[in-house]
Amino acid sequence: MEKFLKLEGLVAPLDRANVDTDAIIPKQFLKSIKRSGFGVNLFDAWRFKDVGEPGVDVSKRTVNPDFVLNQSRYQGAQILLARKNFGCGSSREHAPWALSDFGFKAVIAPSFGEIFFNNSLKNGLLPIVLRESEVEQLFSDVNAFDGFKLIVNLEEQVVSTVDLAKAFAFDIDPFRKHCLLNGLDDIGLTLQHVDQIKQFEERHRASQPWLFS
Amino acid sequence: MARTLYDKLWDSHLVRTESDGTGLIYIDRHLVHEVTSPQAFEGLKLAGRKPWRVDSIVATADHNTPTTDWDKGIEDPISKLQVDTLDANIREHGAKAYFPFLDQRQGIVHVIGPEQGATLPGMTVVCGDSHTSTHGAFACLAHGIGTSEVEHVLATQCLVQKKMKNMLVRVSGTLAPWVSGKDIALALIGKIGTAGGTGYAIEFAGSAISQLSMEGRMTLCNMAIEAGARAGMIAVDDKTVDYLHGLNFSPKGELWSAAEKYWRTLRTDDGASFDLTIDLDADQLIPQVSWGTSPEMVVPVDGRVPDPEKEKDEVKREGIERSLVYMGLQPNTQIADIKIDKVFIGSCTNSRIEDLRIAAHVVRGKHVANNVKLAMVVPGSGLVKAQAEKEGLDKIFVESGFEWRQPGCSMCLAMNNDRLEPGERCASTSNRNFEGRQGAGGRTHLVSPAMAAAAAIEGHFVDVRRLATN
Ligand code: SF4
Repeated sequence: MEKFLKLEGLVAPLDRANVDTDAIIPKQFLKSIKRSGFGVNLFDAWRFKDVGEPGVDVSKRTVNPDFVLNQSRYQGAQILLARKNFGCGSSREHAPWALSDFGFKAVIAPSFGEIFFNNSLKNGLLPIVLRESEVEQLFSDVNAFDGFKLIVNLEEQVVSTVDLAKAFAFDIDPFRKHCLLNGLDDIGLTLQHVDQIKQFEERHRASQPWLFS
Repeated sequence: MARTLYDKLWDSHLVRTESDGTGLIYIDRHLVHEVTSPQAFEGLKLAGRKPWRVDSIVATADHNTPTTDWDKGIEDPISKLQVDTLDANIREHGAKAYFPFLDQRQGIVHVIGPEQGATLPGMTVVCGDSHTSTHGAFACLAHGIGTSEVEHVLATQCLVQKKMKNMLVRVSGTLAPWVSGKDIALALIGKIGTAGGTGYAIEFAGSAISQLSMEGRMTLCNMAIEAGARAGMIAVDDKTVDYLHGLNFSPKGELWSAAEKYWRTLRTDDGASFDLTIDLDADQLIPQVSWGTSPEMVVPVDGRVPDPEKEKDEVKREGIERSLVYMGLQPNTQIADIKIDKVFIGSCTNSRIEDLRIAAHVVRGKHVANNVKLAMVVPGSGLVKAQAEKEGLDKIFVESGFEWRQPGCSMCLAMNNDRLEPGERCASTSNRNFEGRQGAGGRTHLVSPAMAAAAAIEGHFVDVRRLATN
């Protein structure tokens, strides 16, 4: 996993609640056996007017000019500003893969679907929970100012405007923060405890042998 | 100290705790399917690792498999590659059991686990699929995981987890005939919202939960994730134990007695405390129908589609407006006036034998309405299908104008050829009514099997209690 360094990025607003993982990456694209290449189909049903199928050349498709991510002012955005319960629904890790592949490095919302939240952290995509009122302010700022950017400082756990006039603190699990900052892989960390896992497994087998028969 | 069922399951699987409270928990059962596993097996290989305990793995192909013309194999080359990749991965590494495409016992991963006795009380069960919560009906700690976590469980047999909070959903009273676990699930989500359970493990308890069959309990736990909770669970009682007796992988002989004794302890202690308790009254519950594009957008069958004008919260109002446009509905329409084009009885929520029996009972001797273009029944597994055929349910369905299909996920998520066309409206027993879930532009209404069957006969939604007593 890549290290998450301090980020200063353009913000794109997605002003709807309960954006589900089916919307983030529709199921027809889950047939891939790879981890990459999902960005071109991010929010496919909203970004395009025709129905997308895997393998189809996106440059030949009909773009929906009304969808926010298609507007020129948001091209190159790295921070997605969203509403409550972002990423609810299925466990597909293709959702954070698609967001990252598209270029997003952080998503700010008042709350997230839990599996999506975890999946994002494991892929170096930072989900940031801010209060509803703070998210509301950011929505009005991003709508009001062309080229509105935010700075995400993971070390300090603060999201701020570039002029530092506004700054909002956020919480993150210390273990997750450590992994993100250092680009650490979970499996390697867990395997440091092989002996403990083996001891547990033996005790477990002794007390519930039917689980191992 | 008095503990909840969830506390007990957590404690009995905790390998170690980090200083910040994060736990490493041991996983007993790893269910694997073709969509979320290829990248995990690939990651394992790239890192030069091997699965920790292959006999924890039970695998099947379900999401991509066709439900007709099995003799032709899988025609879509991309789907086929995914299923072939699963075959190859299991062949290389092994598993406790694998039910590949075309196997007699193949089916939806959350249907075959319990029916094989591969889901046992007290287990931790994970799968790269959010509806893993289903298995909580057997007093398991069961939840969906992402592909990185699938790889993590393969490599370490453990999962890094934060302990969730405890929520009790207490359903008192008695369910009326034709009101089901599905209606409890929908009513609950309507009440607490799709984020209402976020951060919690839900335990369902109360007289109406005891009344539910194991199938009904699975339906309810299945939809815990739609309420935002990764896990839902129900304590062990006689029904749990009876269900498991004699199944393929259930313990036998002395092991059975020891297991049963332990399983009976899997309940919340008297006096244990919950962070949140929600009360529902089963006596007041009537069949539910979702009208929008989120499972929380649901009303009783005698209700109406909401009017956004009456919603004060701006974000919610816009959500309602957007859903009404997508669903092609006018505010204040009576639910019973909504006509449907297709009917889907299936999915890991409602494709078990009891679901099919109830639906068959409703349609017996009647015929699907003329305006319904397609009504299909997709059994949850090969074994469910065989049992239904033994009971003659397939004939009842076919005589009523339904199609009787091969098992799989099918139109629950429409990764195969079973899907809604743009604008088509479906009465569906599945669990998600998100935009495009059953096909781009398709419109999904979530209902119970009895309600879907009744809608097929009438061509629009109808209170099944009226139809069934006529
Ligand atoms: S039936 Fe639907 S919800 Fe269940 S596992 Fe299959 S796709 Fe997922």
